Amino acid sequence: MSNSGVAGAGAALRLDGLTKRFGDFLAVDDLHLDIPEGSFFALLGPSGCGKTTTLRMVAGLEAPTSGRIILGEEDVTDRRPYKRPVNTVFQSYALFPHLDIQENIAFGLRRRGQKDIPRQVKETLELVQLGGYERRRPSQLSGGQQQRVALARALINHPRVLLLDEPLGALDLKLRRQMQLELKRIQLEVGLTFVHVTHDQEEAMTMADTIAVMNAGRVEQLGDPASLYESPATVFVANFLGQSNLVQARVSGRSGNDLLLDVAGQRLAMPADRSRATSETVFVGVRPEKIHLATGNARETGDSRSAMGANQLSGVITDTSFTGTSTQFLVRTSWGQELVVFAQNTSAERRSATPGETVVLHWHPAHTFAFDRSAEAHAVEPVAEESAPVSRVKVTG
Amino acid sequence: MSALTAVRGGAPPAPAEPVRRRRRWVPYALLLPGLVWLAVFFLAPMATLFSTSLQVGSIDEGYRPAFRVANYTEALSAFSEQFFRSFGYAAMATVLALLVSYPLAYAIAFKAGRWKNVLLVLVIAPFFTSFLVRTLAWTAILGDQGLLLGQLKEIGVLSPDFRLLARPFAVILGLTYNFLPFMTLPLYASLERIDRRLLEAAGDLYSSAFTTFRKVTFPLSLPGVVAGTLLTFIPAAGDYINQRLLGTPRQSMIGTVIDSQFLRVLDYPSAAALSFTLMVSIVVLVWFYVRRAGTEELV
Repeated sequence: MSNSGVAGAGAALRLDGLTKRFGDFLAVDDLHLDIPEGSFFALLGPSGCGKTTTLRMVAGLEAPTSGRIILGEEDVTDRRPYKRPVNTVFQSYALFPHLDIQENIAFGLRRRGQKDIPRQVKETLELVQLGGYERRRPSQLSGGQQQRVALARALINHPRVLLLDEPLGALDLKLRRQMQLELKRIQLEVGLTFVHVTHDQEEAMTMADTIAVMNAGRVEQLGDPASLYESPATVFVANFLGQSNLVQARVSGRSGNDLLLDVAGQRLAMPADRSRATSETVFVGVRPEKIHLATGNARETGDSRSAMGANQLSGVITDTSFTGTSTQFLVRTSWGQELVVFAQNTSAERRSATPGETVVLHWHPAHTFAFDRSAEAHAVEPVAEESAPVSRVKVTG
Repeated sequence: MSALTAVRGGAPPAPAEPVRRRRRWVPYALLLPGLVWLAVFFLAPMATLFSTSLQVGSIDEGYRPAFRVANYTEALSAFSEQFFRSFGYAAMATVLALLVSYPLAYAIAFKAGRWKNVLLVLVIAPFFTSFLVRTLAWTAILGDQGLLLGQLKEIGVLSPDFRLLARPFAVILGLTYNFLPFMTLPLYASLERIDRRLLEAAGDLYSSAFTTFRKVTFPLSLPGVVAGTLLTFIPAAGDYINQRLLGTPRQSMIGTVIDSQFLRVLDYPSAAALSFTLMVSIVVLVWFYVRRAGTEELV
């Protein structure tokens, strides 16, 4: 078999026009992805976006309606699952209850008639920090330990691509954080190509080199975590990865390297190279933690932060909530849209702004992002599964 | 801490106690009807049976309580052939039932889709007719001029004196047929509850469909195999209807012997000794079987 490879021999994975229909439902819609060898790649999206179906097609558990799956140099589209050099860590772990941990992990090796199994199992168990658990049964382990066994059972085969289907979904928050770091460590250690499916944006951002944000069977945006966060290209991405304030704007001109925008009569600026817009009608956005609040008084006395050149909008505070490290403000603008602002609770004597107070929001132009409104024809209201309701795009004049 | 102990120590435990004491009776109260039932209808008859098996005398002068162990040795040496035949027939019927039931239960559990319930009803359907009637129906089907042989003899495929009835084949077939649902249902139940994701995982770990069956599906269905074989073997070993209706005295099984010793010969001690021996040997066989199958290790 072609997968008797050496440790660390990951392979690039290419999906070429991959499509899956279930009856009338288009689960995966003409997906093109290039996943480089040795990378940690995340497919991120809400439930039903097609990410798990994509993974199952790569594993061979679903047959694509059309399109090709190319692993390294080989087209594996029509290969049976057991003949593909990929292994999966299942969401439910799917450990064999009738076998002990050693035999669970050795399962793939035995099917391929490998030798030296006890030593390999021992080494892999040590890699996932479960040395000495060989004789236990899956039912005697905790959820986190079962998760590690599932990982070891896949890793020991040195697959050319390791598929992870929401592998941390069943763990509690603390364990999940710990496993995120551990998965990343293991990936760097073994150097395999990891394809990780998740609906948890934080999990994807913590671990992945590259994230493909999926929605309704398509990739909305692809990039490294920082660029996805700092410069989202669609409403869906802006709201699914963290929270965003999105405002309808018109491009009114250029000034040097800056793009000038008009929002309900107020002027904003942003570096032209941060804009993804090609037309005049755009959404302009800024992350809530990038915005500073200035109360009316502070502005009159010339608060240093509301320096010249900053983008400014004024509004009235409608709600505040204290969340520990930060305070969250809702600010209603003159055109009736509510924007979200996170202020770090760093200053001791700071007088918190109160509802009803008029404030000025200001932020650095380089924190502004923009994209075409027309590109949003197919955008769907995001279904964020864990974050609080995100700011909605409300439209006025 | 001190406040806590103070509260704990200071609170009068009295109100909690009566409740707990009353509750302690509940499990026993719930067990009572079943225990009484078992005592009256199982333990008492067992004791009677055992004491009968050691009595001396004859039907004319009456049986007297005694401790005649020779009843056992005499009965066993006289009827050892029927004993072995019973276990042999029952074992063959069990193996046949397993071979027929496993694919059937597998198909119902994995492949039947929306026909699952219809097929299950069909498996159970024979129970709506009496055991006796169903077995008699087989005499019509297998009879010398019956549905099956009559036609074949007419067109000359079989010689006129070919028989199916009155042979071990007919008795074993009857046993297999009659106890088939007892095999199919536990098998179905254990196959049905196998997590399909385990089969996907096996495929992902380089198992072909056949290897997946051998290494995952079959081991996980073993509790059903054990339950099904016990539910088939035990009643089949003691059965006498199939032999009586489909066989001849040459196929007589231990059930038939016990029946005739009790009701025709009226030799109660001998019949009781045979019954008791049958029961004990089944218990011993089952015990060894379950230990070997290692069901306690299965989930």
